[in-house]
Amino acid sequence: MANIMIRRAANGEYGFYLPKRDIEDSILSMEFDTPEKWGGEIRLGNGGVYYIEPQAAPARLPYSVRARRVDGVE
Amino acid sequence: MAALTREETESLIQEVLEVYPEKARKDRSKHLMVNDKSLESSKKCITSNRKSMPGVMTMRGCAYAGSKGVVWGPIKDIISISHGPIGCGQYSRAGRRAYYVGTTGVDVYGDMCFTSDFQEKDIVFGGDKKLSKLISEIEVLFPLNKGISIQSECPVGLIGDDIEAVAKKSAVELGKPVVPVRCEGFRGVSQSLGHHIANDSVRDWILSNRDGQPFEKTPYDVAILGDYNIGGDAWSSRILLEEMGLRVVAQWSGDGTLAEMENTPNVKLNLLHCYRSMNYISRHMEEKYGIPWMEFNFFGPTKIKESLRAIAAHFDDTIKEGAERVIAKYTPAMDAVIAKYRPRLEGKKVMLYIGGLRPRHVVGAYEDLGMEVVGTGYEFAHNDDYDRTIKEMGDATLIYDDATGHELDEFAKTLKPDLIGSGIKEKYVFHKMGFPFRQLHSWDYSGPYHGYDGFAVFAKDMDLTVNNPCWKMLQAPWQKPVAEELEKAA
Repeated sequence: MANIMIRRAANGEYGFYLPKRDIEDSILSMEFDTPEKWGGEIRLGNGGVYYIEPQAAPARLPYSVRARRVDGVE
Repeated sequence: MAALTREETESLIQEVLEVYPEKARKDRSKHLMVNDKSLESSKKCITSNRKSMPGVMTMRGCAYAGSKGVVWGPIKDIISISHGPIGCGQYSRAGRRAYYVGTTGVDVYGDMCFTSDFQEKDIVFGGDKKLSKLISEIEVLFPLNKGISIQSECPVGLIGDDIEAVAKKSAVELGKPVVPVRCEGFRGVSQSLGHHIANDSVRDWILSNRDGQPFEKTPYDVAILGDYNIGGDAWSSRILLEEMGLRVVAQWSGDGTLAEMENTPNVKLNLLHCYRSMNYISRHMEEKYGIPWMEFNFFGPTKIKESLRAIAAHFDDTIKEGAERVIAKYTPAMDAVIAKYRPRLEGKKVMLYIGGLRPRHVVGAYEDLGMEVVGTGYEFAHNDDYDRTIKEMGDATLIYDDATGHELDEFAKTLKPDLIGSGIKEKYVFHKMGFPFRQLHSWDYSGPYHGYDGFAVFAKDMDLTVNNPCWKMLQAPWQKPVAEELEKAA
């Protein structure tokens, strides 16, 4: 489990940031992206896959959340 | 047009790697790349922020250097104690030329060295008592200090002193912030982790101190983050922002004060110059206080113009007009600088090897002078820095991460740059090799280089270095080619 920060990147898409390792990357896809259900599996530009427990969408970004690394580089 | 073609650059890298044993070669090959502008991400081409290899000469510093030297040191009205043996404190004192206003030793303490001077008995019995005594002595001798930070050196972490407990106790006694910073030098692979630790300690102990207190806001409040006022850099940046109508609430941390830092959560926008050392606190403020942040670049008129417009885009029309007014005001002066120096510098090649932002930020300034950066690299950058660098650099140029002494020597010999910009550890090596050299960590005791005023100084300094006649006289007489001697005799 790692603390990650999801923010709005300059291009309007979601951005991924892992403070502990200083990894900044784009989020290519997020499994659930509705106000009620948000999170699930997220795929990163560097090939990494993380899992966020599905939850209500945060009121505002950036938002720090616990995530589990499923696959790929760290 | 790069100095070498892609193939030539690649073969140069192979040639340089050849001297290493196999394992070292494999490791080092991941840190060297030929730039390809079409790349989106640097991930596949370059590895960064890894432990330096034993046996090679690295130019890196330690976490203490990143925290005390870079982030905490320049805050002028707090006292940073180097907690541990005396060397770290003494040798990091006043080397970074972070200028400030005030009377040293009375209300500001930037050039002074405060250290607990660990002896054997402190290692054996612990240094907590000494630290707490030191803090109360500081309070008697320098009553105008606004706070104290404790920068731990390696032994403090090794013997497990509880500096947090001392800090908490002293903070209550003094009624001032006392910040323990766990920046022992052995943490991490370079000074980069020190920046991160320092940012985290600012976040935990300083940033929210004035939450809920009244503050007179304006819609044009900004903070300059990651400008350490080397040779007065932050001042020449600040006047441009003020001229366009913004109010600079805080400077982090060159010529900065504790009060400025505590007031930063009230600003509308954080302006980030050194991304590497202050992105952490910007991200935190974005999440906690909803303050957006943006990176900007105040090196060279082209980049300044772009940055001023990008900054103004976050505000209303008065600021946008202000930005145009500032650009129009300084453009004739900058054109004159370029007209004067560009003919003397046109086409010269530059090789850079610096710290966290300059390897990419100064590229635009050199291009304004008609110079070309043929190789660049960072001591301690991470991949997100290289992502940004790829776009700034020309195709087929050389990029190196945590370069070793051998690599830098060989690259310089082949690329034959007309100017090398790097740090003090490289300076005299390249002087002896006969390369014009500027020390770009502290501007070779010159500066400022930021902003429009800084560019004039920058252009003059580059001209003075590149066109200095002394570089041709560095070869010993017996090393001169024989043909030349014969010619002279004839």
